[in-house]
Amino acid sequence: MTVLEVKHLSKSFGGLDVLKDISFDVKMGEVIAIIGPSGSGKSTLLRCINQLEKISGGRINVCGMEMIEKYKNGKPVYASAQELRSIRLKIGLVFQNFNLFPHMSVMQNVIEAPVCVLKKNKEEAKANAVSLLKKMGLEDKADSYPCELSGGQQQRVSIARALALNPELLFFDEPTSALDPELTGEILKVIKSLAKEKMTMVIVTHEMAFAKEVADRVIFMDGGVIVEQGTPEEVFDNSRNERTRQFLHRYNNSN
Amino acid sequence: MTWEEIMNCVQILLKYTVPTLKVFGFTLLFAIPLGMVVALAKKCPFKPFVWLIDLYILIMRGTPLMLQIIAIYYAIPILQMKYTWLDIIDVRNDNYLFTALITAFVLNYAAYFAEIFRGGIESMPKGQYEAAAALGLTKSQTFFRIILPQVIKRILPASANEVITLVKDTSLASVIAYIEIFRKAREMMTLYSSLVPLFIAGVFYFVMNAVLTMLFTSIENYVY
Repeated sequence: MTVLEVKHLSKSFGGLDVLKDISFDVKMGEVIAIIGPSGSGKSTLLRCINQLEKISGGRINVCGMEMIEKYKNGKPVYASAQELRSIRLKIGLVFQNFNLFPHMSVMQNVIEAPVCVLKKNKEEAKANAVSLLKKMGLEDKADSYPCELSGGQQQRVSIARALALNPELLFFDEPTSALDPELTGEILKVIKSLAKEKMTMVIVTHEMAFAKEVADRVIFMDGGVIVEQGTPEEVFDNSRNERTRQFLHRYNNSN
Repeated sequence: MTWEEIMNCVQILLKYTVPTLKVFGFTLLFAIPLGMVVALAKKCPFKPFVWLIDLYILIMRGTPLMLQIIAIYYAIPILQMKYTWLDIIDVRNDNYLFTALITAFVLNYAAYFAEIFRGGIESMPKGQYEAAAALGLTKSQTFFRIILPQVIKRILPASANEVITLVKDTSLASVIAYIEIFRKAREMMTLYSSLVPLFIAGVFYFVMNAVLTMLFTSIENYVY
């Protein structure tokens, strides 16, 4: 079953084309790693699918729901606000800078959306949050505030916060770029355990070894286009694309 | 001044802290919400409206509050000489002076508060809005539950400045013969040919601000 389908997606800021003719899909239970140099449009792609940026062309389908209703004079017309909201709730997003709410405790961070958005009962939301925090190894941090936690712990809270909405699909936007190598390992372990549970995930990352290990499929982007996509073996070890090989040169040499 | 006269003076000034606190309280009561509205209105996409707000802030911050108090107080009676429809405002009413006074204070302080609120709102990182949006929070939930509590924390020190200044600025009300601590102290200063009443008034302002300072410090410690 296809959870996400992106067709001919394009995005331009002013006159600058950041994404050009992007097409890919994600099947349920799949883990996709998106790699590529800085400025290649990886993050923008995630942000477009998450409605944090408006797209310029193409279409996006999440769990059978179309994000773009139609085209009018060549401009995309988004679906109704209600539809967009339900699309949004299908996708959880984990940011590079965590973006936890600093004025709320860990528990409040995690139950905020279930209570305010899904209108869940507070006790029920709390019980669910406790089990999520336990899964993240943070059961004793429920009453702490984000500023009292390490970067790795903060990122795990933000993963719990995203999971609290029971999304079909989890996006990671460079989840370890703000962390030191030790804390990075912490987060990668969590993502791996989610992969084992067959959580569908799209991960933008610069951790090549991790991408190779955890991903079912790797997408290499450069200059706003998908240069190559395939299994980790195809992309990392047997790429016939000159640009991919050049990008992975350093990584492959160090191994 | 004799000890008895001094005690009498303290008692009288204590009585006149009430009109001082009335100006203080009413100004805050209206200036803070109005300031918030002005700060949010500056985000209006209709530019001429924003220019109008900028002009308002420029005038309020660019001219003395004392001038504004006098101008607003006398504007109505003077305009009434030309425009008879303004007669619906009864300037001989006992409440006219106080209403004009509060209007001037509120308009002036709202301009300052608006700029403080705007600074606070604009200092919020984009990531907070994005995280709220990604979690499906509505715009108003995002503002009231995520942004505003953090903005309040950020603007507390600057707001404390304004509030403390306001305590002292209430003395400007004396310029249109509103009788409060400062006005009364000056009367007694003339009466007794002594600086002591003025000194006592100074102590009163000082104590009020000391209390406010402690209050703000404890609020700052309380807010996460």
